[in-house]
Amino acid sequence: MNLFADAFAWLASPEQHTGGDAIAVRLGEHLLYSAIAVLISAAIAVPIGYVIGHTGRGKQVAVAFSGAARALPSLGLLTLLTLFVGIGQAPMAATIVFVVLGVPSVLAGTYAGVEAVDERVVDAARAMGMTEWQILWRVEAPIGLPLLIGGLRSATLQIVSTAVLAAYVGLGGLGTYILRGINLNDYVQMLGGAIVIVALALVLDAAFSLTAWLAESTTRHRPGNAAKPAVVSHTHPQEGTS
Amino acid sequence: MTWLSRNIDLVLELTLEHLWLSLLPIVAGLIIAIPLGQLAWRQQWLRGPMLSLVGLLYTIPSLALFVLLPPILGIGYLSRANLIVALTIYAVALMTRFASDAFASVDSHVRQAAVAMGYDGWRRFWAVDLPLAGPVLLAGLRVVAVSTVSLVTVGVLVGIRSLGFLFTDGLQRNIPVEILTGIVMTVVTALALDALLVLLGRWLMPWSRDGRGRVAARRRRSPRAAVAR
Repeated sequence: MNLFADAFAWLASPEQHTGGDAIAVRLGEHLLYSAIAVLISAAIAVPIGYVIGHTGRGKQVAVAFSGAARALPSLGLLTLLTLFVGIGQAPMAATIVFVVLGVPSVLAGTYAGVEAVDERVVDAARAMGMTEWQILWRVEAPIGLPLLIGGLRSATLQIVSTAVLAAYVGLGGLGTYILRGINLNDYVQMLGGAIVIVALALVLDAAFSLTAWLAESTTRHRPGNAAKPAVVSHTHPQEGTS
Repeated sequence: MTWLSRNIDLVLELTLEHLWLSLLPIVAGLIIAIPLGQLAWRQQWLRGPMLSLVGLLYTIPSLALFVLLPPILGIGYLSRANLIVALTIYAVALMTRFASDAFASVDSHVRQAAVAMGYDGWRRFWAVDLPLAGPVLLAGLRVVAVSTVSLVTVGVLVGIRSLGFLFTDGLQRNIPVEILTGIVMTVVTALALDALLVLLGRWLMPWSRDGRGRVAARRRRSPRAAVAR
C-alpha cells in the first residue's frame, strides 16, 4: 500500500504540473484525441443508425459488423496502421482505429433507440399526417435519445481506454506515464498514471449517466407525452418476466 | 510471407499460450458471475447497485488495471496471475448482467411447478433454473469469450507474452506481415472459441436448438444487450 502513497505524492509533486509533460497537458491530449474520434464516430454512425432503425433494413450487417469489431485487437490495429502511415503520423493512425472501435457502439445505441419506440406511437404519428422525416425527428429521435447516449457512452469509454494504448505508438496522452514507467522501471510513475486514467474514466462515466438521466427525465415527464409507456415497456423487456 | 513461413513455430506457440491465458478468465468469470447474477435477480434491491458496481469495474482501461492490481494483490506485474485476475474481473463485470437477465428469463410458472413437486433450493437450481437460464448465459459467455481473447493482447505491454507479442515486435522490426498475422490469429482464436461454445451449447442444451434463434433474436432486440460492449 506504500506504493499508493508514493503514487499520490508523485501526483501532487510540482514536477507533474509544469512543462510539456504536465498531467494537465497529457490529460488535454487524451481528451482532445478522444473527443475528435467520438465526434467522427457519431457523425458516421448516427445517420446510419437512424436509417437502420427507421427502415428496419441492414440490421444484420450492423450486428455482424459490431461482432467483428469486438474480436479485433485494438493494439494490433494501432501498430499495423502506424506502420502503414509512418510513426510520425501516429495521430492519424490512432484516430482511424478509435473511429473503427467507436462506430459499432454508437450505431447499436442509435438503432436500438429508434427500434425501442412503440410501433403504435409511430402509427399514431403517421395517422396524424406526419411525414417520415417528422416521425424520425419529432418522435423516434427524442424517444430513442437515452439509448443513443448509452451508445455514445460505450464508444467514449472504449476510445479513452484505447487512447491509453496509443501512447505506445507515440500519441502522447495519459498512457505515456505507464509506458515510460515500464521502460524506466519506475512503478510509482506507472501507478500515478494509472490512477489518473481510472479517475478520468469514472468521471466520464458519471457525466454520461447524468446526461442519460436528464435526457430520460425530459422525455418521460413532459405532460401528455405518448412516449411514456413505450419507453418503459421496451427498454426493459426482461424485467416484466421476473 | 517469408516471415510467416520462417516463424510458423513461434506463431503456433504464441497462439497456444494465448488460448491458455484466455480460457481461465472466461471459465472463472462464468463461475463467479452465476451466484452474483442469481443474487441480483433474487434480491431486487441489490440488482441496481450490483450492476452499477460491475459496470464501473468494466470502465477501467485494461492497461491501467494491469498496473493497479499487482500492488493490491502483492504480485509482480510481469506475472501471468496479474493478467488472469484482471481479465477475470472484466469477465465477471460483463457476465453478471447476463446472468441476472438469464435467471430473470426463467418462466416463474416452471419454477413454481418445481417447488410444488417438492424440489428443494439446491436441486431446483441444478435441474430447473440453471438449464433454463442456459441459453442467455451462453449468449453472454460468447460475448465474454470474444472480448477476453482480444484483451489478452494488451498484456504484452506489461511483458506478458501472447499473440500481442507479434504487434510490438512487428512494429519495432517494421514487419507488417507479423502484425497482420497476430491480428488474424487473434480473431481466428476468438471465432474458434465462439464456435466451440455454440457446439457445447447444442450438446448440453439439445432442447434449445429451435429456441436458440428466438433467444438470440430477443437478446439482439433488447436495447441493453445491443449497447453493451
